Amino acid sequence: MLLLQLIISGVALGCIYALIALGFVLIYKATETVNFAQGELMMLGAFCGLILIQVAGLPFPLAIAIAVAGMAGFGALVERAVIRPILGQPQFTVVMLTIGAGYVSRGLMTMVPTLGTETHAFPVPYKGVVWNIGSAVLSAEQVVVIIVTGLLCAGLYLMFKYSKLGIAMQASSQNQLAAYYMGIPVRRLNGVVWGLSAAVATIAGLLLAPITFVHVNMGFIGLKAFPAAVVGGFGSLPGAIVGGLIIGVVESLAGFYLPEGIKDIAAYIVVLIMLMVKPNGLFGENMRKKV
Amino acid sequence: MRFLFKTDYQQDTRLVKHGGQGFWYGTLLLVMAAAPVILPSYWVSQLSFVLIYAIAGLGLMVLAGFTGLLSIGHAAFLGVGAYTAAFLAGAGMPLPVSLLAAAVLSAAAGVVIGLPALRVKGIYLAIATLAFGFIVEEGMARWESVTGGNNGKAVKAASMLGFPLNTEQSFYYTCLIICVLVTLGVLNLLRSSTGRAFVAIRDSEISAQSMGINLSRYKTVSFAFSAALVGIAGALYAHKLRFISPEQFGILQSIDLLLLVVVGGLGSVHGAFLGAIFLITMPQLIALSKDWLPPAISQAAGMQAVVYGLVLMAFVLFEPQGLYGRWMKMRTYLELFPFYRRGMFKRQKSFQKSERLK
Repeated sequence: MLLLQLIISGVALGCIYALIALGFVLIYKATETVNFAQGELMMLGAFCGLILIQVAGLPFPLAIAIAVAGMAGFGALVERAVIRPILGQPQFTVVMLTIGAGYVSRGLMTMVPTLGTETHAFPVPYKGVVWNIGSAVLSAEQVVVIIVTGLLCAGLYLMFKYSKLGIAMQASSQNQLAAYYMGIPVRRLNGVVWGLSAAVATIAGLLLAPITFVHVNMGFIGLKAFPAAVVGGFGSLPGAIVGGLIIGVVESLAGFYLPEGIKDIAAYIVVLIMLMVKPNGLFGENMRKKV
Repeated sequence: MRFLFKTDYQQDTRLVKHGGQGFWYGTLLLVMAAAPVILPSYWVSQLSFVLIYAIAGLGLMVLAGFTGLLSIGHAAFLGVGAYTAAFLAGAGMPLPVSLLAAAVLSAAAGVVIGLPALRVKGIYLAIATLAFGFIVEEGMARWESVTGGNNGKAVKAASMLGFPLNTEQSFYYTCLIICVLVTLGVLNLLRSSTGRAFVAIRDSEISAQSMGINLSRYKTVSFAFSAALVGIAGALYAHKLRFISPEQFGILQSIDLLLLVVVGGLGSVHGAFLGAIFLITMPQLIALSKDWLPPAISQAAGMQAVVYGLVLMAFVLFEPQGLYGRWMKMRTYLELFPFYRRGMFKRQKSFQKSERLK
């Protein structure tokens, strides 16, 4: 039953990776750029929720809603201020820019007195609720993570598949110029995508907060989401979820069965193997250019 | 303004283009050689760091600036070089041997990461190098019999021909000589067919391939060469600090190296030097500015990270060619004085197409 327990906790952790990876994939799918500050967006979102609950004293659901909406606006603002001026420049530029943005947000958060330098517990109404399945223990935090991730992924998948907005996003990622010609407002679309991605990151942060704690360096978890995105196939929403789950479970199992230290790099070993074997990832699209 | 009339093809690849260039670089070299005599030893020590980072910067510049391959794990090669040198110096090897071994081992590590990297590009490559960096860092922390693990490892002073290079001055001269050799090596590489193949790959893989350039071979060579240079820098770094531990070679160091090449100016040899100067003087400038700012801001822990991030973003947004690009623009302005036009260095906007379609 130990195995089951390990897998359950791996799945819950993997869902967090998956949610952060979803944020990457959203941006990658729509703008073909990668946001290295996704983990920092998650950290900011978690702090946002914490402040709303503890300092402003709002009830839990309202605080969550405001935090998600506020961070979505913030994401759109970041896109407008920082990313839009370099629209159409090589990927490398965006990578450097978002690394810089990550530095700034982490530094600014640290500079906030008392709030930034300490580790905070995150109050949730479902704290401490546990269920027993056989001898394995399933906590409410983990269940909520798994359910919310599933719902979010389904919603986004439907959006990309069927809604006009989602299809426009895919079009603009494949060829910005052609998308412009077809009357797609590429610039405005990018703002929407960044907002959406920031909202997803915030949800990830709020879900992670009760499991670990809220602190400035929680954004570094974002670095583990890259392997998740690659294993699933960068640019595939279900792929991000599956990749996240694989990384989470592998990490959880490696932590128990393999020598100490392998746990921390298990995700990276998996991603290197994946890149060698199948660079497109499990769900990678195999598109061919027509000449 | 100087006009160069080229009458034969040899002039295109000449190392020193004209007498003026020779004069200024000669002067610079003389000044650098005289520096330890004039400056106090603290500044000599800082100059050694500049030279070491310039070597590492040249290494990353070859890969990122000239071949166009982005690496977010280059600190791993710095670590490989540093631990190799530390181990060999502990065994009593002279500096040239340990430098060579550091270069060879790092180059081997570069080939190891270069091989899987051949199949992927763009963002996938960045993630592969990131993963590689983490794995090497963890390896350095766990292989305690050689690296001393998380407790770190003390490094003996470098020695050459039986003399220990343990003063600031003697070590500075060692760094200077190696830095000059490395710079000449990189310049000559760029003049050779290999270097031009790198630039061709950066500008367009498809056209490079259709010109008969073997992509996988040259990408691997680029990785190996870049890693070897960074390994040499790592060896010097270990001898300079005299104490190394795995966290010095983590993701933050890798980002520092990226900051160096981006701020210096991607795709220019000068850029590596300007970036190194920037990277070393930046913390000092921040420390200086603390007297001017209100204590609530200057005493905060995140101050340095904020400044780093803002500088990086500002360069990417406003001066993508870095400090060297700024210098070129100023020079062009002065040379052309009344005729300079504002749009001269304007970037062309190119619309992005998917890399997934290939």
